[in-house]
Amino acid sequence: MATVVELRDLAVAHGDGPPVLAGFSASLPAGSFTAVVGPSGVGKSTLLRVIAGLTPARSGEVVVPPDNGVMHRPFALVFQEPRLLPWRTVLDNIVFGLEGLALSAEQRLTRARETLALVGLADLTGRWPHQLSGGQRQRINLARALAVRPDLLLLDEPFSALDAITRHTMQTELLRLWHETETTLLFVTHDLDEAVFLADRIMVLGGRPARVVRDFEVTLPRPRRRDTQGFAEHVGALREALSDTVADGEGI
Amino acid sequence: MFGLGLFVAIWEAAPASGLVSTLFVPPPSLLPGAIWREITSGYWHEAVLASLGHYSLGLLLGTGIGVGLGVVTVLWPRLDEALSWIIRLLRPIPGVAWVPFAIVWFGVSETAATFIIVVGVLWLNFYATHAAVAAVDKDLLELADAFGHSGAWAKLVKILLPAATAGILSGIRSGVGQGWMAVVTAELFGIPGLGQRMIQASSLLATDVVVVYMVTIAALFGLTDMVFLLIRDRLLQWQR
Repeated sequence: MATVVELRDLAVAHGDGPPVLAGFSASLPAGSFTAVVGPSGVGKSTLLRVIAGLTPARSGEVVVPPDNGVMHRPFALVFQEPRLLPWRTVLDNIVFGLEGLALSAEQRLTRARETLALVGLADLTGRWPHQLSGGQRQRINLARALAVRPDLLLLDEPFSALDAITRHTMQTELLRLWHETETTLLFVTHDLDEAVFLADRIMVLGGRPARVVRDFEVTLPRPRRRDTQGFAEHVGALREALSDTVADGEGI
Repeated sequence: MFGLGLFVAIWEAAPASGLVSTLFVPPPSLLPGAIWREITSGYWHEAVLASLGHYSLGLLLGTGIGVGLGVVTVLWPRLDEALSWIIRLLRPIPGVAWVPFAIVWFGVSETAATFIIVVGVLWLNFYATHAAVAAVDKDLLELADAFGHSGAWAKLVKILLPAATAGILSGIRSGVGQGWMAVVTAELFGIPGLGQRMIQASSLLATDVVVVYMVTIAALFGLTDMVFLLIRDRLLQWQR
């Protein structure tokens, strides 16, 4: 698989402070699903913002693929909270993401409708955000990002605020969308179970400044089941890796 | 509605009982006649049209300048710093205090009245808009950046203005009311309109005519406020 995005030796800081995360490198192959886990405050969210170009990196570089001719954005961010514009309908919230691209108004609407159908919310087109459930809002958040057909979709703990049942539904839904769209995903979470359920590869951050302390390949067959021995072993190994890094971090 | 009925009843009863003179409190039953005289003589139309003229223009200009200033001072904090003391100095000065200058600068004219009304609604709109735009969720601005709306103009029209609409409109609504007070203030000094007609009537002790114009102003205010609410509900239909 061709590499889609190359992250080279990124260092990340909160504001003017010392780097909280350093030496982050990864080659993300097309269509891969990578999870980044680590304790809170380690700079996971900031890392996504650095990749998306919203925050300057302290050092390092992000290499994106050459233009493929399709109107798209190199990166799209799925926020932790839905962050919908309350004065726009569901459809127009998707269109908002497309307004930054050189598309005609008609093309935008077509694409927005297609994406809403893809996430299964075609019947909510004309609703206002306040009329939706938490899970529906988060689906719109996801659809808005998918609609710009990013080279790399960045997800910032997108299901952490949902109730457990909705969270599991959304995880399965994300996998379905991933298969259908063949998008490359970088998913930040502190939920180990979620990382093992979703990702091909899990990068564990730890220490101060944080570095990648473990880099797992998750080889469990899909669809994954949480009640299997293999699943539990993966989560256990991940927990151990994290507790080591926390202990190390405390020692520094 | 009951409260209003009671109020009118007491208003009617007080002069009828002989407790107060009809000159001090002209009873409501005198008003239809007074209104009819004012309308048939043509004074009423003339006064209403003249007042509406400078009210509309003054409201439009004052609201435009106030909202515009409120927005740009949030967009450019340096401008805000430069202007903040000037604004603090000017804001507490009531519209009536500007009357002598308005007359010296513009004469006893429509322009002078418009100026008084502009001053009357400007600061309300400035402060309401400034506060509303400054309070817009910064996360929404980050959202705009994330989807390529990084220019100041794109942020203004796609995020700041729609997000601040409710706050801006509440300032405009206060201005719609305040504007009518400014109309009367301006006209008390001889600029043609409802206020001037009130002064003329009161100098002749025609207090029933004064009340006619008080009621007229109340009705015009009620009407403009109603129109405003219709527009506001249309603009804010996305709110729950």
